[in-house]
Amino acid sequence: MAHEPTQQPPAGLYFKVWGLLFVLSTASYFCNYFFQGYLRWSLIILLMLVQAGLIVSVLMHMVWERLALMVAVLVPPLLLLTLLGIGALEAEYTYATRGSFFGPPSPAPSAQHR
Amino acid sequence: MTQPAPMTPASISAPQGLESLVADFSSDQRAFKNVSWGKVMMWIFLLGDTFVFGSFLISYMNVRMSTQVPWPNPSEVFALTVGGKQIPLLLVFIMTFILTGSCGTMSLAINYGFRKDRKKTFQMLMLTALLGASFVGMQAIEWTKLIHEGVRPWGNPIGAPQFGASFFMITGFHGTHVTIGVIFLIITAIKVLRGDLDSMRPGFLTGRKGSYEIVEILGLYWHFVDLVWVFIFAVFYLW
Repeated sequence: MAHEPTQQPPAGLYFKVWGLLFVLSTASYFCNYFFQGYLRWSLIILLMLVQAGLIVSVLMHMVWERLALMVAVLVPPLLLLTLLGIGALEAEYTYATRGSFFGPPSPAPSAQHR
Repeated sequence: MTQPAPMTPASISAPQGLESLVADFSSDQRAFKNVSWGKVMMWIFLLGDTFVFGSFLISYMNVRMSTQVPWPNPSEVFALTVGGKQIPLLLVFIMTFILTGSCGTMSLAINYGFRKDRKKTFQMLMLTALLGASFVGMQAIEWTKLIHEGVRPWGNPIGAPQFGASFFMITGFHGTHVTIGVIFLIITAIKVLRGDLDSMRPGFLTGRKGSYEIVEILGLYWHFVDLVWVFIFAVFYLW
C-alpha cells in the first residue's frame, strides 16, 4: 500500500532525547536517595511523566502523526484515571475494614468487653 | 510541464487543526488517511496493552494501599552488595540503563532503515536484540534471588504477601513483552540481512511484500516496552 513516508525529524534530535532519557532516569534514581515525603513523590512522578512524554512524542514519532491518530491513541488511556480513583477509594475502605476486623488485638476494647 | 495534482479530497481542501480531526473521523473508508494500516494496527494493539499494564499497576496500587502488613522496602530488597557495601536498586538501575540504551539503538535502526542501509539496519537490530536479551537475563537473576529468599506469588516471608503477587505478575508480564520483542527483532534482522525488504519478498506467514516499514512498526513496539518500564521503575521500585 502506498504510504507517504512521515516527515523525518533530524537525527540529532534522537540523540538529544536519548541522552535526556538517561539523565532523567538517573535523576529519578537519586530522588530516591536524597528526598523524602511529598517532594520525593512529586519529583519521581514528574520525571516519570516527562520520560513517558519524550518516548511517546519523539521516539514513537507521535508529534509527526495526524491529529486524529494522536487523539485516538492518547485520549482513551485517560479512562484509566477513573480506575485509579476507584482503586484508591476502594483500597482506603479495605484498609479501614481490615483494621477494624483483623487488626492487631488492641488491649482497650478487649478490656471493655470483659 | 508539471503534472496536475491528483484530485483527492485531501488536496482540494486539507483541513487543519480540529477541523482535520472531525474530517478524519467522519471520512469514508478510512479514518487515518495516509497513515499505513500496519502502523495504525500497532498503535491500536499498544493501546490495548496500555490498558493491560495500566490495570496491573492500578491493582498493585490497590493491594499496596489496602494491606495492613508492612510492604517490604524495595530499596533494600533489590539492593546489591558491592565491595561489602549495600547499593540499593543497583541491578534495577543497570536494567533501566540497558533498556534505555536499546531504545537509542532501535531509533538508529529505524533511521538506517529509512535510508535502506541494509547492513547498518541489521547491526542495530541485532544490538537492540542483544541489549533486550541481557535485560531479560538480569531479570532472571533478580527472580532467582527473590525465589531463593522465599518470595512466591502466593506468599512472602519478608512482609506483605501481595508483594510477591504484584512483583512476579508485573515484571513477568513485562519480561514476556521484552522476550517477544527480542524474538521479533531477530526475525526482522534476518529479513533485513537477507534483503527481503529490498526485494519485497513475501513473508513466510503472511505472504505480504517485505518493506522497511516493518522496522519502524517494530520500533513502536520496542519503545512501548521501554515506556512501560519507566512506569514500573517509578511506581514499583522507587515507591
